[in-house]
Amino acid sequence: MMKGLKKWRLFSMLTALMIFLAGCGDEHLSTLTPAGQVGRDQLNLMILSTAIMVLVIIVVMIVYIIAIMKFRRSKLGEDFIPKQVEGNHTLEIIWTTVPIILLLILTVPTVIATYELADTKGMDKKDENGNKTAVTVNVEANLYWWEFEYPDLGIVTAQELVVPTGEKVYFNLKAADVKHSFWIPAAGGKLDTNVDNINTFFLDFDNPSDSLEDGVFYGKCAELCGPSHALMDFKVKTLDREDFNAWVEDMKASADQAAPETAVAQEGQEIFEQSCISCHAVSGAGTAGSVGPNLATFGDRNRVAGFLEHNEENIKAWINDPQEFKPGNKMPQPEDLPKRNGKELTDQELTALTEYLMGLSVEE
Amino acid sequence: MDLNTKYTPHSWPDHPESATLEGKNKFLGFWLFLGGETVLFASLFATYLALKNRGPSGMEFTTQELFELPLVFIMTMLLLTSSLTSVYAMYHMKNYNFKAMQAWLAVTVLLGAAFLGFEIYEFYHYVHLGFTYDQSAFSSAFFTLVGTHGLHVLIGLGWITLLMLRNTKRGFNLYNAPKFYVASLYWHFIDVVWVFIFTVVYLMGVIG
Amino acid sequence: MSSIAQKKGFGATLWDYLTTVDHKKIAILYLITGGFFFIVGGIEAMLIRIQLLKPDNDFVAAGLYNEIITMHGTTMIFLAAMPLLFGFMNAAVPLQIGARDVAFPFLNSLGFWMFFFGGIFLNLSWFLGGAPDAGWTSYASLAISSPGHGIDFYALGLQISGGGTLIAGINFLVTIINMRAPGMTYMRMPLFTWTTFVASALILFAFPPLTVGLFLMIFDRMFGANFFDHTMGGNTIIWEHLFWIFGHPEVYILILPAFGIFSEIFSTFSRKRLFGYSAMVFATVLIGFLGFMVWAHHMFTTGMGATANAIFAVATMAIAVPTGVKIFNWLLTMWGGSIKFTTPMLYAVGFIPSFVAGGVTGVMQASAPLDYQLHDSYFIVAHFHYVIVGGVVLGLLAGLHYYWPLMFNTMLNEAMGKITFWLFFLGFHLTFFIQHFLGLLGMPRRVFTYGEDQGWDLFNAISSYGAIFMAAGVIVLVVNIVMTIAKNVPVGRDPWGDGRTLEWAIPQPVPFYNFKQIPLVRGLDTYWIEKQEGNVEGMTYAEPIGDIHMPNNSIIPFIMSLGLFVGAFGALYNGEQPWAIPVLGLGLIITFAAMATRSLKDDLGYHIHKEDLLNEKGGKH
Repeated sequence: MMKGLKKWRLFSMLTALMIFLAGCGDEHLSTLTPAGQVGRDQLNLMILSTAIMVLVIIVVMIVYIIAIMKFRRSKLGEDFIPKQVEGNHTLEIIWTTVPIILLLILTVPTVIATYELADTKGMDKKDENGNKTAVTVNVEANLYWWEFEYPDLGIVTAQELVVPTGEKVYFNLKAADVKHSFWIPAAGGKLDTNVDNINTFFLDFDNPSDSLEDGVFYGKCAELCGPSHALMDFKVKTLDREDFNAWVEDMKASADQAAPETAVAQEGQEIFEQSCISCHAVSGAGTAGSVGPNLATFGDRNRVAGFLEHNEENIKAWINDPQEFKPGNKMPQPEDLPKRNGKELTDQELTALTEYLMGLSVEE
Repeated sequence: MDLNTKYTPHSWPDHPESATLEGKNKFLGFWLFLGGETVLFASLFATYLALKNRGPSGMEFTTQELFELPLVFIMTMLLLTSSLTSVYAMYHMKNYNFKAMQAWLAVTVLLGAAFLGFEIYEFYHYVHLGFTYDQSAFSSAFFTLVGTHGLHVLIGLGWITLLMLRNTKRGFNLYNAPKFYVASLYWHFIDVVWVFIFTVVYLMGVIG
Repeated sequence: MSSIAQKKGFGATLWDYLTTVDHKKIAILYLITGGFFFIVGGIEAMLIRIQLLKPDNDFVAAGLYNEIITMHGTTMIFLAAMPLLFGFMNAAVPLQIGARDVAFPFLNSLGFWMFFFGGIFLNLSWFLGGAPDAGWTSYASLAISSPGHGIDFYALGLQISGGGTLIAGINFLVTIINMRAPGMTYMRMPLFTWTTFVASALILFAFPPLTVGLFLMIFDRMFGANFFDHTMGGNTIIWEHLFWIFGHPEVYILILPAFGIFSEIFSTFSRKRLFGYSAMVFATVLIGFLGFMVWAHHMFTTGMGATANAIFAVATMAIAVPTGVKIFNWLLTMWGGSIKFTTPMLYAVGFIPSFVAGGVTGVMQASAPLDYQLHDSYFIVAHFHYVIVGGVVLGLLAGLHYYWPLMFNTMLNEAMGKITFWLFFLGFHLTFFIQHFLGLLGMPRRVFTYGEDQGWDLFNAISSYGAIFMAAGVIVLVVNIVMTIAKNVPVGRDPWGDGRTLEWAIPQPVPFYNFKQIPLVRGLDTYWIEKQEGNVEGMTYAEPIGDIHMPNNSIIPFIMSLGLFVGAFGALYNGEQPWAIPVLGLGLIITFAAMATRSLKDDLGYHIHKEDLLNEKGGKH
């Protein structure tokens, strides 16, 4: 009776804690608010394992508390000599077998999920026309930015991953320089991007992300990769399949973007084409492997450099001194660019560049 | 312990290497050390196997083209024979025959030195071909594995030589008997490792 | 430190400690050095928590932060926890098994000095161009591309101190196998001796892979090799495997001796024989064995494939069983006992819930698919601090209070000890419990800062405030130690009153030859048996008083280690400074010349004669 009551109390406390934590965490970032089936499978394992473990803790704590309350020397007297018990086989068998059974309960779903989550055969499935049915993204992790190539669609983007909802999205992961790890906590577990080989897995998302606070899920680098490891964030935009297809078409079309409208932006384009274009592409149509992030969707982004708020002030500050914000990144100071011969960017030039960059967009 | 105790072949214990507590400790400690060394070489072998024939794109060196079995076979024979001669040496130690032991140890050292000479020649030859230490992951792994073994041979040679010189004049006692014994254990270990190198690196390398 | 030492001049004392081969003095050296590095690592920890106190903090810069976390982890594991454990092993194990010293007193000294110089070398990086910054795991792709010499200091420093550890491991194995007193069968050995034994076996087989890994790193960085350069055919995953084949057993190398200390404390202060002794021994051996089969659970997200992940997941979960057996045996040791809440016992009692919490999160992480979420997040930071602080550090602090009278014949102040415990214990839970949830909320580990809009602000602040309590606890401990040394009140034999094992049966201060006569061990908890039978001597003897053979002191271990220290600078600056190779050569010559001296010069030790022994009072009963 007592025991039952205690357990019930603890479970209700646990539930309350979970709700509190889910409220505390951000829906676009927390593993406790999964955005798709992969994340849900993992959360279910978490709940199952937590429940088993809480059970173990309760049993241990009951014995523990009784023992340290009941068998104090202050109660028993200084001269009390306890019986020197050698052991007890029945007890020992119980506390060996019961944990084994508990672990088996956890082992079965663990092994099943391990195999299920590693099954990427769907990646190569084709429809009757020979087109691949699933979206595959080649992720290349760089110091400290992310490139996302859609090899079957002929487009490439950076920093903001765009994926369709309601289906498995497959990923080929690779690092360009040092090891990183690709993690979208709300969507599911991480997988490392190695320099030596390509790792493959899938994630899925239930709903479009526009209902979220920022309109995007947060992605993180989870493997120490250098000074700015903490700032190697990316964002994930999920669209329903129709919007996604439209976005893909827009990306393809961005190859021949119209010239900027304002004079300032045109000036910015000139500067860009002199100084920046050797590393940064502005067309979404293309393949992976560029030196710097693709900027075709720059105007649509949620963040500057993956983590700074997306406003003109930050863009200017970033371009002017990237090392200040992300120590150890590979973007040169503007004055060090070959064509600039040590000349710093003037305020006017910065404004022009910013206006041009903000105009780079495939949405609208 | 008294170094001046004189033994006769008759009073000399059957297991002089473990007749004292110090000897027993040394004997056991050295076996354990060899256990650790085994793991060390296992790690090097695993690394070698993972990196075998791996190099920058367009690398021209492979195990099949590089290795020449006749040379390695001679080296193997030298080292195997040296292991056998060190067994003779230990046999004579148990029989309290110091001169014979010294003689067989000298043969062991000579055979070991010949082995090392061939190995140096082999390495020199590879470097001459352009297969240098920094040429590829394969070359690094090869030279590190085989070179670590070579370093062990060198240390073993130095050790046995030093022991022989130090004890030339004073013969056996229960203080130096364990020292000779563990040195010969070490030498056997080196030989065993070489058997694995011969098989895993050279034979399997030539077969492909 | 001891009363004998105070009578000598400072120079003589220093020389005595530089040359000592006495396990009791080496224990003190380990304690001082390990304690020093524990403080250094603790300061680094505080810097970490200050930086993470609030979002977008700029207390330390991004690159410096990585150096601090790397040095915090490396220092705490290699230079604080392990040496402190070696300190207690040296202090207690030979006495527990009734030996006059360890099997290889000379090597014991060599092991210490190699650890010492390796640790100093590693920490000199702070002053010579920057500390290592690739994490204590030093994953290869990052480590290879890390500029400066930080990683070189890491690889060379750990190589030297790792050699010392390996020597110490072999030494304890041989000591325990060969040097036990008559009647001290394996199944009568105290649990601390057993765990030392198993931990030493783990050291023997786990350190060589680290040695190889570090050599590959050294060769890659300093001598042009290509093991980890994938453009040259190398493979960085090799490092991950080698590191964790070492790294996982390392966890057990740390925790098993702590288990041993707790086992002693539970049974001593419950006045009861350890419940299920044979099961405890079996569980210890099994944990040690399984510890080698599970390394790849640190690599679930590396991309090893489903089958490997599943196998390692199941193997990892299996370790929970023997660990659970231990927990229940400790509980049942207390059950029906007479528990006295001394400071060591408080730590032991505090250890159970802390370690159970750390253990169960370990099982959660064993579930590979769940680990995809938990790995490299703050959840894992919380987990391993629960096992390492909640297990190992509580064990060290317990051991410090428990064995202090054995080592120094004085007693740390109990009231201050209890204050330390409560500050440290509460601070520990405050700091780390909340970090589980930070991980679940998506915070990766090893981040030097975090944005304020991500829901992590409050929990990080709580965690940082908790760390202040821990620091306060340590400060009280330091004050306690200083005061105890200053007061220097001798406490004599068996100061806890409930000692059960041989080390408490020896008169204090422990004579430098330990046992005037080697004892005859008549059962488990032999001192308890003698006391129950009213034996005032505390021991039954296996031999009459006779001459005792003792080893000579030697400066050679110090010089050998110094040579490696010097040589390491040569290797470090290879290809950069013209003096590099000569210095490397010089260092190796010093080391090998010292070795040759050692083997050419007969060192037969000396004898304490029977007459002198009979005259000597040799401490109080």
